[in-house]
Amino acid sequence: MRFPETLRYTPSHEWIEVTGKKARVGITDFAQKELGDIVFVELPEAGRTVKAQQACCVVESVKTASDIYSPVDGTITAVNADLDKKPELINEDCYAKGWIFEIELTNPAQIDNLLTAKSYSESYAT
Amino acid sequence: MYEKLIAELSSPGRNAFSLTAWNGEETSVGQYIPENLLRTEPAKLPEVSKIDIVRHFTRLSQKNFSIDTNFYPLGSCTMKYNPKINEETARLAGFAHTHPLQPASSVQGLLKLLYCMERSLSALCGMDAFTLQPAAGAHGELTGMMLIKAYHTKKGDGVSRTQVIVPDSSHGTNPSSAHLAGYEIITIPSDDRGMVDLDALKANLSSRTAAFMMTNPNTLGVFEKNILEVADMVHKAGALLYYDGANLNPLLGICRPGDMGFDVVHVNLHKTFSTPHGGGGPGSGPVGVKSILEPFLPIPRITKNNDTFLLNGYCPDSIGKVSAFYGNIGIIIRAYAYIIINGINGLTRVSELAVLNANYLMSRLAGSFNVPYKEGVMHEFVISLKKEAQTYGVRAMDVAKWLIDNDIHPPTVYFPLIVEEALMIEPTETETIDTLDEFIEHMMAVKDTMRGDPSLFHELPRTTEICRPDEVQAARNPILTWHDRN
Repeated sequence: MRFPETLRYTPSHEWIEVTGKKARVGITDFAQKELGDIVFVELPEAGRTVKAQQACCVVESVKTASDIYSPVDGTITAVNADLDKKPELINEDCYAKGWIFEIELTNPAQIDNLLTAKSYSESYAT
Repeated sequence: MYEKLIAELSSPGRNAFSLTAWNGEETSVGQYIPENLLRTEPAKLPEVSKIDIVRHFTRLSQKNFSIDTNFYPLGSCTMKYNPKINEETARLAGFAHTHPLQPASSVQGLLKLLYCMERSLSALCGMDAFTLQPAAGAHGELTGMMLIKAYHTKKGDGVSRTQVIVPDSSHGTNPSSAHLAGYEIITIPSDDRGMVDLDALKANLSSRTAAFMMTNPNTLGVFEKNILEVADMVHKAGALLYYDGANLNPLLGICRPGDMGFDVVHVNLHKTFSTPHGGGGPGSGPVGVKSILEPFLPIPRITKNNDTFLLNGYCPDSIGKVSAFYGNIGIIIRAYAYIIINGINGLTRVSELAVLNANYLMSRLAGSFNVPYKEGVMHEFVISLKKEAQTYGVRAMDVAKWLIDNDIHPPTVYFPLIVEEALMIEPTETETIDTLDEFIEHMMAVKDTMRGDPSLFHELPRTTEICRPDEVQAARNPILTWHDRN
């Protein structure tokens, strides 16, 4: 399993990639493997304001439906509409084509509290 | 063999009816129905001969897998035998030929039965009052949550108590029902014995808690030994304790949710009280309450005035109606027949045997399979096939398919969520030791086959019309409607 070092992680298995004041969010390699074949993604609405650890969308697999939590406070600015037709992108390429939403950070300092690739993979991806 | 749909059997001009000629005056349908609601072309109804209709539906009925044909150890669903006298009772003309709009004075016998059913359930569950209106278990849960909300609102706490706590082993409907009633869900972990973690409960109870929802025994089949302490903690926080009656089957005549401190319960007549379950019939989820919640019960309430039974619609604090009329009456009649025929001694025996059968199966299977939570197991237990999945690549779903090929309905799979590769087995009280032994033999054969040729499992089942559907494709691109290609 792959956990890129450029990303930050949450104990609930989301990754976040920060570029300036914006960031992309998806689920980790571990999460997609545990969920199995993803069959549906209920995307959040762009423009919605969310808090860190707030459930904001749902990923459904053959096994189960799971809430996806925002890693940070912010406003959702874009969603990956490709997932509507091809939810399997999350299984195939969870860190790039399988991103879920883009968020504008309210408080960029929150990123420092998130897990590094090392601590995530050691403590949570097991 | 593939059974064509009734629409595919259709051939223009065929029919299965003959009507006598109409000698009266003909009028246009447009006189009675607004023009914009009238069809512009004939409905595409199947045109089929009588014998083809009979054969089609008879063949379909024979494809049915049922408790009347095979062993059905589907955990948490309590797929028990439905005694035929239930059916005979529900078909008595005085019950079967009533109409929901008849005046109460003309259905006194039926109202008496409903009244007695409410009293019987109250006595069995240790509650003060029952409503029979909810049409299924989850409907009962929603009704229960609405009662809890009405109670807190009346006390002035309605706005501040916004949370409902559930254990991580709970039935999925519990958090769903509470959410539908407008509550925020807090999930707490189970302890290493599979019971409610008291510290986690304590940490989450507060002046914001409206209720704690649980079932006892829980979904691992384990009796919550600390239930009195749990009730005490919940009540001290000013919250109410909700009982999901899906697992009531091992408790009849032995102990009562009301005595354990539960304030609201729902029972599933289609589980514990032997009415049809699954595709076999509508459900019924009566809700019982302690007296503090009685004013909020749905209307109408059935009341008795001397020897007359009334449908009382005047209850100012009631949450209103939760059913168009008074619930699934035909099902309630069946369940009442079951209660009367068994009596309290018979019902106690039902529960004793349900527990005995489950524990017999568990102790025989525990030598070959991992049963992660064994302590205090009642009427069902959960096997984890995690090790088998890792070693042989044979998963709970594969074992389920094996059992299908051996004419056994698979146990519940992948639930509860806290057990990996779960198989949840509930034999119920009606099975003989021979049936249980046969099931054990099949499970042993499963184990032997895994050791021999595990790859075989991935092609199962072989005996069914549709063998292994592509579940991923079916979920991603479901085709839900039949379209006439012509």
